[in-house]
Amino acid sequence: MSVWRFSDNIDTDAIIPGRFLTINDPVELALHAFEGTRDEFARDVKKGDIIVAGRNFGCGSSREHAPLALSGAGIQMVVAESFARIFYRNSINVGLLPVICPKASDISETDKVVPHLDEGYLEVSGKKLPTEPVPEFLRRIIDAGGLVNYAKTIRSEDLCIK
Amino acid sequence: MAETITEKIFKARCGREVHAGEVVMAPINGAMIHDITGPLAIEKFYEMGGVRVFDPSKIIMLFDHQVPADSLNAAENQKNMRNFAKEQGIHNYDIREGVCHQVTLEKGRVSPGDIVIGSDSHTCMYGAAGAFATGVGSTDMGFALRYGCLYFRVPDSIRADVSGKFSPRVGAKDLILNIIKDITVDGATYKTVEFTGETISSLPMAGRMTCCNMAIEMGGKAGIVPPDRITHEFFSGMSNIRKEELSSDNDAVYSSWRSYDVTDLVPQVAVPHNVDQVVDIDKVTGTHVDQVFIGSCTNGRFEDLKEAAEVLGDCKFSDDVRVLVIPASKTEYLKALQAGIIERFVRAGALVEAPCCGPCMGGSFGLIASGEISFSTSNRNFRGRQGSTEGKVYLGSPATATATAIRGEISDPREV
Repeated sequence: MSVWRFSDNIDTDAIIPGRFLTINDPVELALHAFEGTRDEFARDVKKGDIIVAGRNFGCGSSREHAPLALSGAGIQMVVAESFARIFYRNSINVGLLPVICPKASDISETDKVVPHLDEGYLEVSGKKLPTEPVPEFLRRIIDAGGLVNYAKTIRSEDLCIK
Repeated sequence: MAETITEKIFKARCGREVHAGEVVMAPINGAMIHDITGPLAIEKFYEMGGVRVFDPSKIIMLFDHQVPADSLNAAENQKNMRNFAKEQGIHNYDIREGVCHQVTLEKGRVSPGDIVIGSDSHTCMYGAAGAFATGVGSTDMGFALRYGCLYFRVPDSIRADVSGKFSPRVGAKDLILNIIKDITVDGATYKTVEFTGETISSLPMAGRMTCCNMAIEMGGKAGIVPPDRITHEFFSGMSNIRKEELSSDNDAVYSSWRSYDVTDLVPQVAVPHNVDQVVDIDKVTGTHVDQVFIGSCTNGRFEDLKEAAEVLGDCKFSDDVRVLVIPASKTEYLKALQAGIIERFVRAGALVEAPCCGPCMGGSFGLIASGEISFSTSNRNFRGRQGSTEGKVYLGSPATATATAIRGEISDPREV
């Protein structure tokens, strides 16, 4: 498990450039993740690696290809000080776990990160860094493994159609 | 309890009182999909067990990002969407009409007071019509296509109160860049940005669209202008549009209240590589550019092209600059053609393309190479946004873009 550190305001154009958006397959998208801004990512990323970033991760375009490219690359969790709204929601919907950790900047690429999200912290090379709780409704989507699976369990009374 | 316009819209649509911060399942009045994010949305719709969409008349479909199809992948994606539209009875504007957000508004597919989603981040532009509109990803869209509703966290609002009269050749784009500079790229995350004040009340729809369009560049969930006489005039003659009077209560609670005065505002430019890196024009004049793009959902309307043509006058564009002019829709294109503006652009040396997103998102044509600089009227200047990650993008108004295209370097439109 390796940590990939990124700075503030990483936009979805950087995660997956516009010229690759005709691709819909996560594994194929992953081949182009961070192309042009961090080429070694697609080459060296391994299943189970995590991304750690600063503020506003995933800002910009609503392209779901961005969290798909990361999950296609084997990333299961993105830790950031804060997330852009659409990326945060897209990640949960496709089963990539976004973790808000106000002290994410304390994590370095040499750290070992073990999540204890139910207890509300990340264990980072022995230290405890608090994480923000996920709202109840989103928790249910995460537990279902994404919105597609959650939708299959939804009851008609949960919907608002008359 | 006093409410913002956003809370009132959610209350009306959910049929009960709701407040900022609450997560609600709300019915939607419209859902827009295009050629980039639509294919995945359709895939998700089927994965969720979808058979028929909730209401074909509420789905807006068109292709604008890679048109006409510029690769085999794009052609296949568009073919699949065409087939879906036929099977489901959805009216598909296909490649005929132009950029999704412009078309959705000018075809009257959004009413004041609506909740509308689009699988595109600039969907917030429909707030110019007094609707609550927000961008979503493809899985959310697949869910909405199937069920006709979606979960939302009812957002807090930031009030942006604008006063004063613009100086000549300064306008809505300069205002919104100045507001983004103040609020910053993530200062409005999860919030509605509500534009009010005398300057907004007298701002034509084109300018309101420019402002609401860029709410996302502050992280905003939505931008909104309370519907008024100008809104209703824009939709006049469209029988399907509801003429709702809506505004926030005087004592509504805002997460912050910002005041702006445009009286002394000078042309604003966003410099690489974030949209809140905004400076007064004099800080960047003289910067060489290789390409100028006038167009996009942010600034490709007739009013924008007219503003550009006024700055152009009898001048020619510099031979050192590639100038791309792309009207935002067929309707806007025809208006510009009839006004003789298109011919002037062509004679001055511009390449005028048919309505589409063009180089805005760097996924089709008009890309910039390494070391090159683009000056663009669009909405994002992220590294690599318009091509090479070694290139640079500056953002500004149609007037500033035109002055820049004439001189071949970033120039003040008041001095051309």
